Formats: sequence, structure tokens, C-alpha cells
Amino acid sequence: MTREPDQPSLLESIGAHVVLILAVIFALYPVLWVIALAFSGSRPPVAEMVPLPHDATLAHFQEVVSTTKATPDGSIWLFARQLVNSLVVSIATAAVGIIIAVPTAYALARFKFLGKERGVRALLATQMFPTVASLIPLYLLLDRLHLLDSRTGLVVCYAATSVPFAIFQLRAAFEAIPVDLEEAAMVDGATRFEAFLRVVLPAARPAIAVTALFAFMSAYNEFILAATLLSKAEMFTLPIVLQSYINQYDTRNDLFAAGAILVSVPVMALFYVAQRHLVAGLTAGGVKG
Amino acid sequence: MASVTVAKLLKRFGQTEVLKGVSLSIPEGAFAVLVGPSGCGKSTLLRLLAGLEIADQGTIHFGSRDVTRLEPRDRDISMVFQSYALYPHLTVRENLAFGLKLRKTPAADIAKAVAEASKMLGLDALLDRLPRALSGGQRQRVAMGRAIVRRSSLFLFDEPLSNLDAALRAEVRVEIRKLHDRLGTTSVYVTHDQVEAMTLADVLFVLNKGVVEQSGPPLEIFSRPATRFVAGFLGSPAMNFFDAHLERKDEGFQAVAKDGFTMPVHPDRFAGELTAGREVSVGVRPHDIHVTPGGAPFQVSIVEALGAESYAHGTIAGSPFVARVEASTPVKKNDRLEISFAEMHLFDKQTGVSLRAP
Ligand SMILES: Nc1ncnc2c1ncn2[C@@H]1O[C@H](COP(=O)(O)OP(=O)(O)OP(=O)(O)O)[C@@H](O)[C@H]1O
Ligand SMILES: [Mg+2]
Repeated sequence: MTREPDQPSLLESIGAHVVLILAVIFALYPVLWVIALAFSGSRPPVAEMVPLPHDATLAHFQEVVSTTKATPDGSIWLFARQLVNSLVVSIATAAVGIIIAVPTAYALARFKFLGKERGVRALLATQMFPTVASLIPLYLLLDRLHLLDSRTGLVVCYAATSVPFAIFQLRAAFEAIPVDLEEAAMVDGATRFEAFLRVVLPAARPAIAVTALFAFMSAYNEFILAATLLSKAEMFTLPIVLQSYINQYDTRNDLFAAGAILVSVPVMALFYVAQRHLVAGLTAGGVKG
Repeated sequence: MASVTVAKLLKRFGQTEVLKGVSLSIPEGAFAVLVGPSGCGKSTLLRLLAGLEIADQGTIHFGSRDVTRLEPRDRDISMVFQSYALYPHLTVRENLAFGLKLRKTPAADIAKAVAEASKMLGLDALLDRLPRALSGGQRQRVAMGRAIVRRSSLFLFDEPLSNLDAALRAEVRVEIRKLHDRLGTTSVYVTHDQVEAMTLADVLFVLNKGVVEQSGPPLEIFSRPATRFVAGFLGSPAMNFFDAHLERKDEGFQAVAKDGFTMPVHPDRFAGELTAGREVSVGVRPHDIHVTPGGAPFQVSIVEALGAESYAHGTIAGSPFVARVEASTPVKKNDRLEISFAEMHLFDKQTGVSLRAP
């Protein structure tokens, strides 16, 4: 490796590392506690500087994973159901969000039409209300539609809240893609739609990936709506399951910690897979290709 | 290959009329250059030819085909964009093949066409790279490759060299001309660089404020500009202008500058247009002057020495004036020279139209 002209000096490099290491410790310290709690077989660690598991065990994980519920048709494996609920709802939210937001954002980025500015402002206005504000109306609406305690109902609510943000994200991404590219494609023989499909969409892929990931994550982590709209344990999503371990009467920190780690696994896997897109998406527009 | 015939083309953006009735005709196989100052409508005209904009009035024909309202993809054209517009997610090879793939060309034919274009432009080593891993010059070549690979009947270029440095620009300019000589495809090339305009064009169109001011072979336009605008636009340094009026002298006429200095007017060159008392703009190119005793008084205020020659800046008859002098002629700041003109243009002071006999 040759030394780049703007490479930092040794001192700067050490300084940067010290700051970064401190930041990582700061961020990871609570996670260390969660790990210690989750793996401790006997008395949980308390008030130690460096939390470490005592009598390491996987028992808590086993307990979290093996929950069941008896139904008239036999017993169902609850944890698996709930994990599937979470994944299905989150993936569907991301998919619905992208399917709605991509064409909308593209139209906003490229076309002039009547009511465009008003529409954008209305969309922006929806972002100003916290979800809790619409909790009761959503409950009543879904009740009328017979969508309480259903994945579909949850997806509809999540998509409705994630779409406006996705539209703003993607609109900026499409605006950053030069119109020349589409025009070049049309001269090359593409219809407007083909140009969109074969040139604009691939060029916007990093931004779309980031937006989808964001929608997925917010659905996957969402608690308040899910807790309000779902009442049957077999319809729960994982955040509600987690919360149930630390309810008022019987707090099980060990199960909560084990559950928290399990819940994080899919997200970590997703981040790992998507990280190339993520970096590209977060820096897109900063540098001209 | 096709000829291009544009008739009374009119294009508005909102209230502004960008093209105000442009008519031009480009013979089959010719290299046509559209030149003009920024904002005169060159790109707009090119985009109308491409079908990226649709004219409000007027017609465009390629050969006998009326393409005025056709979609870009149905016009059988290629275009090189100023920004190159390479597809960022596709390799050089895929960029070149894109248009052929869209047209469902058989894979073997695509490979052959890509190989041929790549060889012609020296892209062989770059075929598997993404555009972001190319230098500016390489991107430019890929953009050219993408244009020629389809063997369309018309090539359109919108300032394709403006993002290159001066040395590379000169090199690619020559290559573009060679490529055209080899392929013979009718080309329309937009630039505001007059060196490109002069050197590339078979036929040159000078645009100004949405109309074609003059068209023809570049050297002819250079030596016989039809308007003061064209005269001032082509040539570097630009033609000098100063005010004068015409007076009878013996059988013919002479031009009298504000400070009383007189210049004989060749009667056969300006036949018919001359009347005593007419207010004119005298145009003299910096290269058309001689330092001779008895000429116009020229007060030098600054000298730019370029090595082989020097440009002396000063004033004549109250107007700024640039004179080219040989490097061997010693000229210094504050010198008072006397200069005469080897060649002189006369334009009507009001209309700017040349008084020269056609
Ligand atoms: N899409 C558009 N909407 C509104 N006005 C436009 C549009 N495109 C061009 N114009 C205007 O039309 C005029 C001509 O533009 P055009 O791009 O054709 O100029 P140009 O001769 O190519 O200039 P340059 O040398 O700077 O590229 C300009 O005044 C420009 O502002
Ligand atoms: Mg332009």
C-alpha cells in the first residue's frame, strides 16, 4: 500500500483509534451485560465491572425457543410461530413499502403534475404525528375490517407509516441519478419504462436496499402497535414476546436477555449480507462515480 | 446513413422561444457542426433531432423519413452525451452491448459488433471494467464506442470533448474526424469551441438566439462572415470592431474612423452596398494587420508574448483593438505603432449585416 496524500500521521491515527475504541466500548457495554445474563446458569452477575457469565449454560435459550401453546388441534410451537410472524410481517412491510414508494418517488423526481407540491406537503405532514396518536383509530379501523390479530393488519399499518419516509428517501435517490442516463437508454432503443427498469432501478439499487432495510427494521422492532393490535400469543411478534418476560409480576431477566440475543440474529445476518449495499447507499451521491 | 432536413423548427419552453424557426439541411454523410454562444439553443436543436424533445412547430426529415414526432428509439440514431451517460452498473462491454441487446440482436452478432467497436477505439483492455474505474478520457471513448457500435444512420454529439483537458481534447478531436472518415455516417456535432467547429466541420452552422445566422463550409464562413455576430464569434482572438462612416473618394469610397483616420474601400468587394454617409462597423482580424508607417495610429497598452507571435492590445478610434505581431517585431507596452489592414470587413452599424457582395 502506498501512502495516500491525506493519510493521517501516526499521532492522529492513535488518537482516532482511542476515540473509536472508547465509542465501541460505550456502545457494547450494555450488550456485554445482556450476554452475561443470557448465558449465566446460576445467580446472575450483578454490580461487576466486567460482566461475565457464571456457570455458562444454554438453558435460557432452550427455554425461550421451546415455548408451546395448547390448542384444540394439539400443541403448537409458539416461538417458531412468533419468529415467522415477525419475519413475514417485516419482509411484507418492506416489500409493500418499496412497491408503493419506488413508482411514487420516481414520479415525484421526474415528472411535473398537478397537485405535486401539495401532495408532497401532505405526505410530509403525516410524518409529524407520532404513531401513538393514531393508535385508537387504527384499532377501530382494523376491528371493522376484521384485521385485528392478523399479520395483514399489522403490515397495512406498518407500510402506511413507512411509505412516506421511503418516498422521501427514494425521491432524493432518483433525483441524484442523471436524466442523461435514461435519455441515453431511450436513444439506445429503450422505451421509457425499459429505461426505468434497466437503467434507473439498477442505479438506484443501493438506495432501494437501504430503504427496504430501514422499513424491515422498523417493522421488526415495532412494539406499541403490535402490542395493541395483537392479543393471541400465536399472533405475537418477537418484541411482544420479549416484553412478556419482564412483565410486572414475574421478571425474568435471563430469558429476556437470551430472547434479545435470538431476536437480534436475523437483523445481524441481514446487516451482514446488506453491508456492501449499505455503505454504497449511505455514501451515494457524495462522490461522482 | 441519411441526410437531415430541418424546416422552420420552433421550440418554446414555457414563455421563452428557444428555437425561432430553424431551417437547415445536412447532406448525407456530412459532418455538420452546430456552433454558437451558450444558451443559443444548440443542445435543444440536437435534442429535437434525437427525439428527446418534441418541436412545437416545423418538421425534421432523415432522408425522406419524417421523424418529427417519432420516439428516440425509432429514429435510428446514436448520441454521445456531454456527461457521457455511461450506465454505471454495467461493464464497458455491457455498456456497448446495451442498445443491441434491447433490439434483440443475436448474441454472436453483438459480440462481433462490440469487438469491432472496441478494437476501433482501443477499448479491449477495458471491456470488463465498470465506468467508475475509468479515466475521463477512457469514459469518453466508451461513450463513442456505444454510439458507433449500432451503426445507426445518424450520430449526434453534444459537446463530447468539453470534459477533457486541452491536450486530450486535441487528440480525440482528430480521432473523431478519422472515425467519421472511416464510417462515413452523417454526424451532427454541437460545440461552442471554435477550433472544434473549424477543424471538424464539413458544413458549419452558426446559431445565435435561436436562429441559424450563417451556414456553409467553415473556411468560407470564416473568410466571408455574413453578419457582425458571426465575424466576432469565429476566430481567436476575436475580430476587432470600430465605428466609421463611408465617404466618396475619387471613383470609389473610403471609410473614415472617428479619429479621422481613413481606409480605402475595395469597390469590387463591396459592390452595390455603398452609400456616402452610411454608418458602418469596421471589422479587422488580429491576424490581418501589418505594422507600416502611415497606417492607423495604434497606442499599445499591453503585450502578450506567446513565443512565436505576440498580441498587442490597445485602442483604435476609441475601441479596444488586438493586433498580432511577429515575435521578431519588437513591441513594448506604451509603444505608438502605425498599422494597416490586409483585410477589412464592413458591417451595417444598425443591422450588423455584412456589406460584402455575396
Ligand atoms: N427543459 C428546459 N426548460 C426550460 N428552459 C430550457 C430547457 N432546456 C433549455 N432551456 C433554455 O433554452 C435555452 C437554450 O438552451 P440550450 O441548452 O439549447 O443552449 P445551448 O446552446 O446548448 O447552450 P450551452 O452552450 O450552454 O450548452 C437556454 O436559455 C435554456 O435556459
Ligand atoms: Mg448545450
